[in-house]
Amino acid sequence: MSERVLAEQLSRELLFTHYKKILELRLFELKVQELYRNGRLPGFVHLYVGEEAVAVGVCSPLDSTDLVFSTHRGHGHALAKGVPAGIVLAELWGKVTGSSGGRGGSMHMYAPEYGFMGTNGIVGAPIPLATGAALSAKLRKKSEVVVCFFGDGAVNSGSFHEAVNLGAVWNLPAVYVCENNLYATEMAFWRATKNTSVASRAAAYAIPGVEVDGQDVVAVYEAAEAAIQRARQDGGPTLIECKTYRYVGHHEGDPGTDYRTREEVREWKQRDPVKLARKRLLDSGMADENELQMADQEVEQLIESAVEFAEKSPEPSAESVKDHVF
Amino acid sequence: MPEQGRVITYADAGVEALRDEMRRDESIIYIGQGIGPRGGNFRQTRGLWQEFGDDRLRDTGICELGATGAAIGAAMAGTRTVVDEVFLDFALEAITQIVQQAANISYMSNGKIKAPVVIRGAMGAVRNAGAHHSHTFYNWFANTPGLKVALPATPYDLKGLFKTALRDPGPVAVIEHKSLYNTKGVVPEEDYLIPFGEARMVREGKDLTIVAMSRMVDLATKAAAALAEQGVSAEVLDPRTIVPLDRQTITASIKKTGKLVVIDESPSYCSFAGELIAIAVEDCFDELHVTPKRICSLPVPNPFSPVLENQMIPTVDRILSEVNDMMKQSRRKH
Repeated sequence: MSERVLAEQLSRELLFTHYKKILELRLFELKVQELYRNGRLPGFVHLYVGEEAVAVGVCSPLDSTDLVFSTHRGHGHALAKGVPAGIVLAELWGKVTGSSGGRGGSMHMYAPEYGFMGTNGIVGAPIPLATGAALSAKLRKKSEVVVCFFGDGAVNSGSFHEAVNLGAVWNLPAVYVCENNLYATEMAFWRATKNTSVASRAAAYAIPGVEVDGQDVVAVYEAAEAAIQRARQDGGPTLIECKTYRYVGHHEGDPGTDYRTREEVREWKQRDPVKLARKRLLDSGMADENELQMADQEVEQLIESAVEFAEKSPEPSAESVKDHVF
Repeated sequence: MPEQGRVITYADAGVEALRDEMRRDESIIYIGQGIGPRGGNFRQTRGLWQEFGDDRLRDTGICELGATGAAIGAAMAGTRTVVDEVFLDFALEAITQIVQQAANISYMSNGKIKAPVVIRGAMGAVRNAGAHHSHTFYNWFANTPGLKVALPATPYDLKGLFKTALRDPGPVAVIEHKSLYNTKGVVPEEDYLIPFGEARMVREGKDLTIVAMSRMVDLATKAAAALAEQGVSAEVLDPRTIVPLDRQTITASIKKTGKLVVIDESPSYCSFAGELIAIAVEDCFDELHVTPKRICSLPVPNPFSPVLENQMIPTVDRILSEVNDMMKQSRRKH
């Protein structure tokens, strides 16, 4: 189906929501980058700039009670699942109002109250966890669906193989979403594996595998929606490979230019998810420039409020260091 | 611990704990290899699949990493789970999930997510299984904040500790000893729990304190009986859980006897035995009559040869020899 036909089938409201969410993820990460570079945030951050359409497209069809397991590059997943920006940013700031009260940080933030089961500092580790959560959902006879995000770096790990195999043989309500941004830190995917089609690996587990354009939120949405419905109706898991790209380095501080060319980065930016989502609204006549500018201002305001909230929030008390170990 | 009543094996005591708890709490599931129709490599799940079926007794292929991660993920999502590594050695395939995910999750999530998962595995030297099937690394687990560690030494303790583990809000490693599965003891049929962090007074004494866990409790008891014949009154304590640890009961005994011997099947370097001696020094320095002693396995991989393995693992003879040295040293001092 062409982008145009798909777009026409989706409501204006949904497309507009997608656009605003993509922009929220983008502006959030750029703000984090600025705060980090200015020495305001402790720790390490892996930014999601360029990959926003994947999180938004996948999380859009989910219910609030569905669960999402995320990665070390997970701020966007948290926001897309509905965790308020202020709570995510406060966690990055190590504040008590953060989603983990400052005990987690970027790679260990949890908001089960929004169905967000955590970013993760260990590549591949969320895949078995998500599989188990899907088993729990199935046994509890809830219609919950569990989505697991991971990068191309994870698919060569044993965790991927063991967990997807279990998800398949147990026919679990899981959706495995690979964000193939072509590099695991600096390691090009084609240098790490001979079969560079992640989607094709689904055949090894006898489950459906789908490859989609990860820069196009509508394409991602369509694939995710189908996989989520299948999972909800006891049809088992799906492996979705989203072809995407990070504009920034692996982590903030990595220029990201030692292992890829500037041309390649420039080329991917031609198909920027923010621009594509915006263009679709304009081209289809679903929104005009004026409405989009108002939406932009609304999102900018949201980010500013998040910064204000996080900045003004208190640090945890030093005496609380031993709380919640068990 | 009752002295009279129904006698069953250690393996069956574990089965009974599971059966009771799986009947009481219908959400509990059990994941592992050969734990379904086969009833477990050590008969440690005998009869459970016949009662609870495929949904709750979930046999997997050989995938400890995936299965352990799935058990933890299920627990995080609200399904209490037991994951059976069968041999504790195989938990190493899944150690990242146990340490990085299960043990950390409560803290990382500010207490919002708990992982009520029991990590079950059988440890220790038995019948010359060799280096890949004999490890005892409970001290690794004990060094991981967020993880509780139970080391049942008797059928009675296994049932009570396992049941407590199955009601704990977080991850618990229940580590059995392979050589204990066929041992027998009195186990009441009724429901009882053994609280974590309560040491068992195995034998009262006044001249020295012997602390031992798991299979080493039996050796300590035999050594204490032999010592009694020599006129030495040894107190034997089994912590039963090393996290949490009943520090108070142990230090009270050390203060009473002034002498501490720890018997530990792990090698001594960075061991639980070393930790107990540090505790004795911290809490009982003034009361110690003599340098505390660790009696541990030698720092070698488990050898296959029966001669070599017997040389490696603590024995009653070695305990007696070390204790007699200690008593002589003590007499010289006083």
